[in-house]
Amino acid sequence: MAEEHMRDARVPALAISGLQAWYGESHILHGVDLEVRPGEVVSLLGRNGAGRTTTLRAILGLVGKRTGSVKIDGVEVIDAPPHHIARLGVGYCPEERGIFASLSCEENLLLPPVVKPGGMSLADIYAMFPNLEERRSSQGTRLSGGEQQMLAVARILRTGARLLLLDEISEGLAPVIVQALDRMIRRLKALGYTIVMVEQNFRFAAPLADRLYVMEHGCVVEQFAAAELAAKMDRLHEYLGV
Amino acid sequence: MEIFGIPLQAMLGQLLLGLVNGSFYAMLSLGLAVIFGLLNIINFSHGAMYMMGAYLAWMMMEYLGLGYWWSLAAAPIVVGAFGVLIERVLIRHVYKLDHLYGLLLTFGLALVIEGVYRDCFGVSGQPYGVPEALRGATNLGFMILPNYRAWVVVASLLVCFLTWFVIERTRIGSYLRAGTENPRLMQAFGVNVPRMVMLTYGFGVALAAMAGVLAAPIIQVSPLMGSNVIIVVFAVVVIGGMGSILGSILTGLALGLIEGLTRVFYPEASATVVFVIMALVLLLRPAGLFGRES
Repeated sequence: MAEEHMRDARVPALAISGLQAWYGESHILHGVDLEVRPGEVVSLLGRNGAGRTTTLRAILGLVGKRTGSVKIDGVEVIDAPPHHIARLGVGYCPEERGIFASLSCEENLLLPPVVKPGGMSLADIYAMFPNLEERRSSQGTRLSGGEQQMLAVARILRTGARLLLLDEISEGLAPVIVQALDRMIRRLKALGYTIVMVEQNFRFAAPLADRLYVMEHGCVVEQFAAAELAAKMDRLHEYLGV
Repeated sequence: MEIFGIPLQAMLGQLLLGLVNGSFYAMLSLGLAVIFGLLNIINFSHGAMYMMGAYLAWMMMEYLGLGYWWSLAAAPIVVGAFGVLIERVLIRHVYKLDHLYGLLLTFGLALVIEGVYRDCFGVSGQPYGVPEALRGATNLGFMILPNYRAWVVVASLLVCFLTWFVIERTRIGSYLRAGTENPRLMQAFGVNVPRMVMLTYGFGVALAAMAGVLAAPIIQVSPLMGSNVIIVVFAVVVIGGMGSILGSILTGLALGLIEGLTRVFYPEASATVVFVIMALVLLLRPAGLFGRES
């Protein structure tokens, strides 16, 4: 059934409704509703602390407690442990990048297990990120910030995951690296990946996204398509304070 | 021939004894390091698992007539399976709590296991013979080398090297290293971390059980053999650095040798030298000789 769903464009790649999440005693998400269709690039905007990172973590079950509904390709995963959710084809790039210091660059790249057929080969990845090939035997955390970010994204492309959750990938990087990431996202989009990006950098995220969601106080407060962006700029300034 | 007034024969004899002890320290502290790395549990029941390994060898001989080599293969599996059970039923519930709870739980467990064995077998200790193939000694010209002791050193070095190789140089090992650093992210990648943790605990205590079988023909098999050795092993782990694989192996061997040398030159200090070194290391390099400063 799941395989059929994947080919059926009417079944969302990701459907979240009424998602609430807690870290210990603190209640972070207060009922998030969000839908991403296969092949779409969706950006989550909002101020720091609005709950965007927590939304990504809650999709994977990496929060203390969560309720509501999260469906990956139509499969309900609200009660599933994180490793089962990943196996449905979800690739996660955390905000702190999560490069392992005790592993070399290539070991980091080869670490995440293959969850679905059809992932990129090591050669594909090195063609896309030549820097990583040059630094393949360096310790993961000895790479530059930009290289670590490339590595953090590259390693989930190998696994066959089709739904990528990318958290603040442009954060703290030089403009030239951000441009490279821009090209990378466009490539991935052309290859049919479904992407959810949490971004502080509005100028980076807006031109890439098909649709944008705005979050505030743990809820989605606004959603619109890229075409409506110009008309919504005033509202966005209000929400984001940019 | 004499060195500093000590006959060479006596010196080499004590060094060999130190190396044998060091081999046990290395195997035991290696298991502790692997467990601490991934589980963040200071496994105080490690000594009890070592004792269980030795007793299993003795029981297999006594009740089933199965010899040393059978025990060497079976004890790690049986005690490892027991460890897996303990992890599932008890230890997994304290991961989210402070280290202290894991320490108290495993310490209590060690007392229970020891108590049961004491109740069943008394405290006097049981003799366990050296296997036939390894009896006797080899004359190396400069010293007489008991074959069994040579075997213990070679076997435990081999096991330690294999463990190091698997952890540092293979794909399974990269899972373990990454899981030690960031288990949540590993799980978000689709790795079944709870199962990995369970098997790691099983593997760690299997190493202890194997050390127990290796030790059985050398020392008296007694319910107290674990608590006798475990305090020194914890000192070794502190000196080497918590969670360091290579550190625990090298420190184990080195401290065995240092103990042996101390027994030659100043026997009164041989039981305390390890703790003096531990105190110095804690003062000068609190993370241990091979530990990463955090």
